[in-house]
Amino acid sequence: MSDVYVVGVDMTKFTKAGSTRSVSELGARAALMALDDAGLKIQQMEALYCGNLGQAAAMVGQRVLQEIGQTGIPVVNVSNACATGATAFREAWMAIKAGVYDVCLAVGVEVMGKGLLGGGGGGGGIPKEGLLGSGTMPAVFAEAGMEHTRKYGTTFEQFAKVSVKNHHHSTLNPKAMYQIETPLEVVMNAEMIAYPNTKLMCSVNVDGAAAAVLCSEKKAKELGLMKRAVRVRASALASDPWQERDLVMPDVNTCTRLAAKKAYEMAGCGPEDIHLVELHDCFATAEILHYENLGLCKDGEAGRMIDTGEVALGGRVPVNVSGGLLSKGHPLGATGIANIYEICTHLRGEAEKRQVQGARMGMTHVIGLGSACAIHILEKTS
Amino acid sequence: MADAAKKPLPVVDFLKLPDIGAPYLEGQKCKKCSAVFIGPRAHCSKCGARDSMEATRLSNQGQLYVFSIVHRSFPGVEVPYVSAVVDLEGGGTLKGNLINVEPTPEKIKLGMPVEVVYKDALGRKDREGNSYVSYFFQPAKA
Repeated sequence: MSDVYVVGVDMTKFTKAGSTRSVSELGARAALMALDDAGLKIQQMEALYCGNLGQAAAMVGQRVLQEIGQTGIPVVNVSNACATGATAFREAWMAIKAGVYDVCLAVGVEVMGKGLLGGGGGGGGIPKEGLLGSGTMPAVFAEAGMEHTRKYGTTFEQFAKVSVKNHHHSTLNPKAMYQIETPLEVVMNAEMIAYPNTKLMCSVNVDGAAAAVLCSEKKAKELGLMKRAVRVRASALASDPWQERDLVMPDVNTCTRLAAKKAYEMAGCGPEDIHLVELHDCFATAEILHYENLGLCKDGEAGRMIDTGEVALGGRVPVNVSGGLLSKGHPLGATGIANIYEICTHLRGEAEKRQVQGARMGMTHVIGLGSACAIHILEKTS
Repeated sequence: MADAAKKPLPVVDFLKLPDIGAPYLEGQKCKKCSAVFIGPRAHCSKCGARDSMEATRLSNQGQLYVFSIVHRSFPGVEVPYVSAVVDLEGGGTLKGNLINVEPTPEKIKLGMPVEVVYKDALGRKDREGNSYVSYFFQPAKA
């Protein structure tokens, strides 16, 4: 089977939650940007895979086409928690891999509300939040981080350093929601949301969209698009395998490890071959876990990774050079494709001030609770 | 319809309030692989066995696995409080509020022994005015 390539990819600048006119207008903007990046037209797309969570039942993909060109192509609307965008991308990849289409468009888009996510509870009776513990995302990921503390003694300060790093990275990314340095004491003294996550250790709710044009090798050559094309070396998706505590404590670790194993096998490479990573730092506590889950270091070494700067721009394996979800922002359904945009930009050598020098291979990772983990390994072609 | 004598309801369906005897938590145990689940189910998601569940009474003793101290929640929810994940002796993991402990990281030890206690659900009532009984965790008495 021949390889699949990203031939066009872009993202909107992420903006304040609720600042956008409509989901379809925002998705359409990203779609046109990706088409322009490839130099292609909507009429050349053979299928659209559209990821969105907030209006998952409202045919967002079709509404995007109603803004930019109703060509009658098949549209699949995708909803898969925070792995939504990456899953839409993967569906496009699979369709091309299977030989059904040669050129597909994948869009991820989200218009967000403000405030805490999760913890809505469910069922009848009385509200359970604050009665049966917390289901809010900051608390859920605080608990996941405390599991690392329990095993390896990871400290509040080490978790906080993740936010210092990612906020610093975002000062170099004009498309990030924020470009503000946040020194360690500022992060640690920010309002405590759910210990050990302070407000600056929680991802930002933003509006945003990202899109990618995927293409078969044959078609990419035919269209003369190989020069800036990025090869998809692996696309892996996993659901959560049974774990003792997983009905109470969503297990982001096992699910990520399973997807990572599949991705490395498919790409025929190991973590040592990866030059940069965009991973799911929905909370500062989560990023620490994924250094180990993705094999960037051995189990128990994640604290060292953040202490020594191995994961900062200029380090051994820079993580979240875009600013990550913590500072670039986290428009749920768009995040999976925005990550792919970031990696492609580095592999193309177009990341300007935040460019990871000599980047040839990069990895994207997202995990949605419930759970769904998607990992892509991308490679420079020229 | 105010009925002061009305019996309080359990906050979740796996909290049992027998007419005689103390409240308790009920889990579901797989007859094939012994995995313990909370809440009603027919099949086992660990081993895939069908119609394999039997009710099992869960222990009131356990160990604090992890926690978070919640300082920001939804309007009307009193903060701070401790959200705790507890492994019960003999199987079953539950999330709940850890009470009777100062909500600071220095005072809460990962792995500390805790016990399950049953009390009124923080005064919360449903639309019909029913009271509820909830479960909580507290540091185990030495």
